[in-house]
Amino acid sequence: MPPFVSPAWSVASSSSSIVEIDQVSFGYDPARPVLHGINLKIERGSVVGIMGQSGCGKTTLLRIIAGWLRASAGSARVLGENLGDLDEARIFALRRKMGMLFQFGALFTDMSAIENVAFQMREHTDLPEELIQDLALLKLESVGLRGAARLMPSALSGGMARRVALARAIALDPQLMLYDEPFTGLDPIALGVIARLIRRLNDAMGQTSIVVSHDVAECFDIVDYVYFVSAGQIVAHGTPQELRRSGHPFVHQFVAGEPDGPIPFHYPARNYRGDLALNGAHG
Amino acid sequence: MKRSTIDAWVGAFVALGLAGLLFLALKVGNLASFSTDQTYQVQARFANIGGLKVRAPVKSAGVVVGRVSEIRFDTESYEAIVSVNIGTQYQFPRDTAAKILTSGLLGEQYIGLEAGGDGVMLKSGDRLRLTQSAVVLENLISQFLFSKAAEGKDEKDAKK
Amino acid sequence: MAHMAEGGSRPVQILERLGQAITAKILRLGFAARFLFYLVLHSGVAFRRFGLTIREIYFAGVLSLIIILVSGLFVGMVLGLQGYETLQRYGSSEALGILVALSLVRELGPVVAGLLFASRAGSAITAEIGLMKATEQIAAMEMMAVDPIARVVAPRFWAGVISMPLLAALFSAMGIFGGYLVAVQLIGVDEGAFWSQMQAAVDVREDILNGVIKSIVFGVAVSWIAVFEGYDAPPTAEGVSGATTRTVVTSSLAILALDFVLTALMFAGGNA
Repeated sequence: MPPFVSPAWSVASSSSSIVEIDQVSFGYDPARPVLHGINLKIERGSVVGIMGQSGCGKTTLLRIIAGWLRASAGSARVLGENLGDLDEARIFALRRKMGMLFQFGALFTDMSAIENVAFQMREHTDLPEELIQDLALLKLESVGLRGAARLMPSALSGGMARRVALARAIALDPQLMLYDEPFTGLDPIALGVIARLIRRLNDAMGQTSIVVSHDVAECFDIVDYVYFVSAGQIVAHGTPQELRRSGHPFVHQFVAGEPDGPIPFHYPARNYRGDLALNGAHG
Repeated sequence: MKRSTIDAWVGAFVALGLAGLLFLALKVGNLASFSTDQTYQVQARFANIGGLKVRAPVKSAGVVVGRVSEIRFDTESYEAIVSVNIGTQYQFPRDTAAKILTSGLLGEQYIGLEAGGDGVMLKSGDRLRLTQSAVVLENLISQFLFSKAAEGKDEKDAKK
Repeated sequence: MAHMAEGGSRPVQILERLGQAITAKILRLGFAARFLFYLVLHSGVAFRRFGLTIREIYFAGVLSLIIILVSGLFVGMVLGLQGYETLQRYGSSEALGILVALSLVRELGPVVAGLLFASRAGSAITAEIGLMKATEQIAAMEMMAVDPIARVVAPRFWAGVISMPLLAALFSAMGIFGGYLVAVQLIGVDEGAFWSQMQAAVDVREDILNGVIKSIVFGVAVSWIAVFEGYDAPPTAEGVSGATTRTVVTSSLAILALDFVLTALMFAGGNA
């Protein structure tokens, strides 16, 4: 399957970019920015991974794309709209074309699986009830859980809950899908299922997907392009093949899973001998 | 929980609550107040209204026939002007007397109407000519002491 | 901030911290007020799709019925016992009906029912909303372009406002029944005197209506505090548990303070 990709820095084809992030910075506290000078472009139809350590800012980046957080500098264009220009109502309207899968599914616990999937249809459309039921069953079928339609979220395993949440997120056929750590805490079989679903749904429904994760194996399997974030900046980007061969120290450490490298093993601390008081202070 | 079950329970709850309110209003309170009835208004002037309050009952022969609607002070005659709403089904003669009485020994004060003998009845806006002010306890006591002292003096004079 | 480490003297530090705490509370109160305003403005959904509100009335009102009815019964019975004990010393035991009815309708009904509602339903609402926030359900709803305040918070708020007066009325009614049981059946006060004296003394407008107004005010206060604390809770386990505690404590204090203000306005003073 041809990777549909172009390097982020290239000038051309801005019309086929679903997401354009240009020199974006953000910080909850203005004195300590979480992200600075982020540039990235995501082309229509591609699955792009945003990877990095825990706490590096990748989830924050995802939230900026989703319109939750407003960048303090730079511009973020999503689906042709500049997010900085939009007010609450227009951001809400834009979100109708987006879908997001949360880390642990975030299913509504007081509704059954099928009612969760039907939620958006009930809220945003005037379709008759039987049609909504059929459509919801269709979505559940595409994630393989039509048989679990009547179950409550508490009766579902972690992997199943996440699949139902996926069915819910794609209920109104969004153009852009955002995945926040979809692989966390899943067994190998469920991992494989989710990964394949992300790719298959993206291609079958003509979506564009952004996957935030730190699971190298699964991610590299399904994405067309990867951006690496470390300490609030993009440190590397490329196709999975390029990155596997990369000599960049951070990329190498991350991909190979080495304990020490540009990201040190030891948290900064004082002199060891001093800490143990071996310099004769207490004798 | 099915939708219809919830609706049933909520409906029962609301019905029960309204029934409770109705019970309070009818069996516990006196809903037979003069808020909805037709009334006509008359006025009366008193030298002292004592502890009379607005919405105090107006009774005649012990039966509630109306309510006090307004109490004002006349800065020229230095009297209290009390406006009273009487139910239209109760017609009183023009020379009816109004007294401020106390229910029980230390109870609430109310206006008692004693019907006169005039053939013409009171109309809305009329004034009750005959009034008796409230009995003020302090005046009563000082009167009593004064009369006791006077009695003692008379006796002493008589003995001389 | 660096200078605080070595200080100012202790009193100055205490004052600074006190000032910060008060400022923080005032800011929070302002936020809560804006929240209420927004909530009321966006309550259209809660009424157009009344099924949502009905569902919440079930969870807040119907499920509180048992505790309200039982407590009301016992409070009324205790009033009957204690009241009789004191009144019969002055030969006024026939005024027992008046005592029980007025105490309940004017004060105990709205206040005690309010306190019970705050601890049962208020804390449940706070926990529910807080948990939805902690498990990202609120965020998911926003992501699906559904306003969570309109869809989740408003129905719970209005359910509380609607349920409170009904529960308070039921509390008072049950209490009067309890008082009747103790006075007439147990002690032997004359039944006719019990009811007729009560009816003569309890005014629908003055007493019952004012009691209803009180319970509506308490309902608004408790529901507002409950939904706000839930929505504002930090998305952690300790955050949610702290929020539920705050709901019960703040609601109780608010009820008692408002009760004083309302009683002073309604029942005290003047020729009126």
